Parts: sequence; structure tokens; C-alpha cells
Amino acid sequence: MASGTFTVIHPQGFHARPSKLFVEKANAFPCKVTLYKGEKKANGKSSLGLLTLGISAGSEIRLETEGEQEEQALRELGEMLTKIYEE
Amino acid sequence: MTTIAWKGTAASPGIAIAKALRLEPAAAIPERRAVADSEAEAARLKAAVAEAKEAIEAIRRSTLERMGEQKAEIFEAHLFLLDDPELIEAAEDKIRDERINAESALHEVAAGIAELLRSMDDELLRERAADVGDVAGRVVRILEGRDGGTMSGLSEETILVAEDLTPSDTAQLDLDYVKGFLTEVGSRTSHSAIMARSLELPAIVGAGREAGRIETGTMLVLDAVEGVVLVDPSAEELERYRLLKREYEEKMARLRGFVDRPSVSADGHEVELAANIGSVADVAKVLESGADAIGLFRTEFLYMGRSSLPTEEEQFSVYRHVLEKMQGKRVVIRTLDIGGDKELPYLDLPKESNPFLGRRAIRLCLAEEELLRVQLRALLRASAYGRLAIMFPMIAVASELRDAKRILAEERAKLERDGIAVSSGIEVGLMIEIPAAALNADALAREADFFSIGTNDLIQYTMAADRMNESVAYLYQPHHPSILRLVEMVIRASERHGRWTGMCGEMAGDPDAIPLLLGLGLHEFSMSASTVLSAREQISRLSRADCAELARQALELESQDEVLKLVRHYTARSEA
Repeated sequence: MASGTFTVIHPQGFHARPSKLFVEKANAFPCKVTLYKGEKKANGKSSLGLLTLGISAGSEIRLETEGEQEEQALRELGEMLTKIYEE
Repeated sequence: MTTIAWKGTAASPGIAIAKALRLEPAAAIPERRAVADSEAEAARLKAAVAEAKEAIEAIRRSTLERMGEQKAEIFEAHLFLLDDPELIEAAEDKIRDERINAESALHEVAAGIAELLRSMDDELLRERAADVGDVAGRVVRILEGRDGGTMSGLSEETILVAEDLTPSDTAQLDLDYVKGFLTEVGSRTSHSAIMARSLELPAIVGAGREAGRIETGTMLVLDAVEGVVLVDPSAEELERYRLLKREYEEKMARLRGFVDRPSVSADGHEVELAANIGSVADVAKVLESGADAIGLFRTEFLYMGRSSLPTEEEQFSVYRHVLEKMQGKRVVIRTLDIGGDKELPYLDLPKESNPFLGRRAIRLCLAEEELLRVQLRALLRASAYGRLAIMFPMIAVASELRDAKRILAEERAKLERDGIAVSSGIEVGLMIEIPAAALNADALAREADFFSIGTNDLIQYTMAADRMNESVAYLYQPHHPSILRLVEMVIRASERHGRWTGMCGEMAGDPDAIPLLLGLGLHEFSMSASTVLSAREQISRLSRADCAELARQALELESQDEVLKLVRHYTARSEA
């Protein structure tokens, strides 16, 4: 298992476009992808899961990957959390 | 006959006058039935999802044509929801586990998710509950063999009244007949509100349950400029609103004509009209407003509402993003202005008895140098992506400016040593918001590329009156001759040294101040994006030479009242 903590900076939080791109990327990896915000936990392969975490700009997110390609998934998905998207 | 009037949120501006058409909520709770063959039921759900995807894809395509890519993405997101494991797979699991029909399985799963989203303290997320409901409702209707088409066959002009409009309802409105809409729930950020703005369709949302009592056929006035609804208006009210509607539409058409025009006075003097922003999200409004530049980018949002300082990387990507978005137009970024009424708990700064006169803004940044160094490195790196100007806040004496510039030069040298690209055209300036700086503007002008007058603080410090304190609010007098004289001193000093002066307080967008500021020779006016076009229109009608004479007279007066009288008299005469 691999994990890391990232701070989201996208100004509108992590809704429509960012969460879509994130979920698409997460689904491209065979490993399990889980996000934690405080006590809350969500499936990183579901945009509804991401939404219900309530991620906003400044949120600190722990990203956990488990299984095949977990290191690469952590690196690439972590980068997506700390990016600004065109909206 | 009495007219009922009440307020709601004006979600898309404009005025509509027409009869109401009430849309009944279609979403009833589907009947829960036991099924024997749950595999067949799951397959039935799959087929309905596939059919719903086709329907949404058709809406997406027509939205793309009518409203552009951004709005079409709403439906891309809907398509995406129909692939979401938390929705569809969860419903399939429910069919198998509880051996129930597809309609109620999907409905229950969707209702649970929507409930969860609605309970969150983020308005945007609460709105996404509507998307889940919209998508699931469509699949349920397909499963039940009912087809949408709630609004087909309109034959007269109509204002729609509904509990809420789904994004798909809004995308399919027949604009030949639908002149506006009114909803009981919803907010400015709901998808239907966003789409109404791009369709330029007047809309009021969140008007409350009372709106639900409006019956089809009732005459309505929907004033989505003020956020007021009139039910059964009198003949006089109707007449008044028809006039208002015409005036509003003419004004908007006129202002739209100013979007791509330069900011020039009637006698050919060009100024710069810029916008103030306080977050990345504001940039879109600036681009729509047709502003010539960003005259003030407040960076405090990066530091607030979190538990630790933003990293250099985070700041860099924010600054770079804004610079790129502005495509070569100047962006004045102000370094951290914290302290005063804005605190950062994680910095653990000592309490001060008089924070507005304490260690705030540049004073704090020079005391806690690393804070400033990180921000300046991020700014320098971002400078390669656009036209950056760096502005230091709360400078009182020239040595503060020199210290800040020395730190900037040191960080630049380090970056260049590491081979990192830094623009050679960065302008460095300061905010004039302390009377001492205005009085000593000549000395400061030798060391700065520009000034920007922050009127809110300049007035508060000149009058020695806390602007948050209601009991001394009468001293907040932007048009007082003493303030105008300070403004004049600053502009003259910058001209003597070949620099420019801007203004980024509320005063810069005030129609009663604009003639005076133009007359005093202000080079750049930075204001809220929503006032840029009306300021540009106002300036196009003003003569710089006449305004210079007006300003000269104003400087001789004794009170704000006299100045306002003079300006308003001039404005009335020039409009006549």
C-alpha cells in the first residue's frame, strides 16, 4: 500500500471537471484508489464518491493506493489533486 | 385585486412580463415491488441506463450548439454519472440483495446520495444533488415507460414556475415562448441558473414555497435585476415594468457595445480600466467584462481558511494560471496583506491592541521575511507566463520599499542562477494607502514603477476613522477635498518621474468620482468587474479637458457635499 497527503488548490474545489479527470485517471489503474478527508472516506474511482467527500480549495486529502501499480498511481493521482483546471 | 410581491435570488438578470406556466414535479416515488428474477431486473436497469445515455447525448449535442462547450459539459457530467459505480453498480447490488424492482432500487440509491450531498455545507455540492436527481429520474421514467417531454406544445409567451428546473429541462426550453423562469429552490450556482445566464433568460431562483402557489395563467412580472416577483400586477405596474424592461434592454445592448472598445474619453484621452479580483474564480468575470487589465489581485485567499502556509508550488500555479488567462494584459498582484482584521491562526502572531495600526501587510512580511520570499519566488517564476506587476501594500516610508525590492532582487538572482526563466519586464510598485506615503510620493516615485491608491484605507487613515465602526461612518468621505488633494499629489509626483498612478479602491468605480479622477489625470482605474463597462461608457462621454477644470474647482472647495454638488451638476449638464 502507498499513501500521501495533498492539498487541493483548484479554486472551485474538486467538482465537475477535475473530479471527472481524476476518476478517469483512477480507473486507468488496476489498483484500489481510496481518498480520505478527515474521517470521511471515498472510492477514488467514483465521481459521486469524490463529491461526497466535500473537497474544497485548501482541503487536505490523504490518498491511498493498494495493488498493482500503486506507486505510479499515487504519484500521478496526487499530482492531479494539486493542480488548477480550466473551467 | 392585490399584487403580491416577494423577493428571490436574481440568478440571471433581465425583466420578463408574461403569464405563468406551472410545471408539476414529475418525480413521484416509484412503487417498490419484489421481483423473482433479479438478474433479469438488473439487465432491465442496464438497458434503461443505455437508453438514458442516448437521450442525454442528444441533449448534450444540442446544448453544445446553442450554448457552447462549457454548458454542454454539464451533460457530459451526467453521462459520467451513469457510469458511476456508487450509483449504477450500487443499484444493481440492491436489486440482487433485496430482490426488488429496478425503479425503486435506483431511486433509493440516488435519493440517498442526493440527501448526502444536500447535507454538506458547500452550496455547489448541494446543487449537484439536482444532477443526481435529474439523471436518476430520467432512467426511472424510462423504466416505467413514461417519456419526458414536459414542456412541448407551448403556444404563448410564458414564465415557467417550478419547484426547481433540472439542467435537462433548462437545456430544452423553447426560447420562442419561454421568457423567464421562477423556482422555489435553487441558487445562483445551480446548473439551471448558470444556463439561464448564458441563454440571457431572466431567472429568479430560491423564491420559497410561496412561489408554488402561483397558478398557470396568472400574470407575472419577473424583475430579475432586483430579484422581485409581482403576481397579478396592476395596469400601472405593468406599464411601469414595460418601460423598465425596455430601458434595461437598451442599456445592456449599449454596454455590450463597449466590451471590445478602448477606454477613451470624448476628447481622445486614453485610460486603463481594470478589475479587482480576490480569487482565481473571478478571472472569468474579468474576461467577460472586457477590462483592460487586472489592477489588483488580492492574494490573501491563498493563505486563509487552511491550517498551514501555501507552498511556493501552489502559489506559482495560481499566479501562472491567472497570468496565462489574461493573455498579455497586465496583472497587478499584491503581496500578502494580512493583519488588521485578517488573521492567520497558524502563524500564531501576537495579539495587538490596535491591529489596523500594527504589524500588518508589508510590515509583517519584512519581519517574517521567509513569508515574503516564498511568495516573491512564486511570482518571479510565474512572470514568464504573462505581464506581471508586483505591488507592495502598506508602504509608509521609502526604506520599506527598498527592503522589499532588495529581497525581490535577491530572489531573482537565485532563480536566474538556477537557470529558471524570469521576465525582464516586471513592474514593481506600491499601494498608497497611508497619508505619509502620499505626502512623500516624490521620493517613492524614484524607486517605483507605479502607484496604486488604495482609497478604502487611505480614507480611513486620513480621517482617522475605523471604516468598520458605524458610529463614525460619516467620516468615510471619498469626495472630500482633503482626499482629492492627496490623490492629486500622488498623480503629479508619478508624472514628474514618468510613472503611472492607478486606483484600486471602491472610489475608482464610483460614477461621482470618475469625472474628478479623470480630470486629475489618473491613469488606471481598477474596480469590480461588474462596473467596468458602465465606467467605460461614462468616460466615453466625458471630456478630459472639462474634467480637469472640474477637478481644479473641486480642490478649492471645503466639503464633500460641495464637491458632490459640483460633480452632479456637471454630470447633469453634460447629459442634458
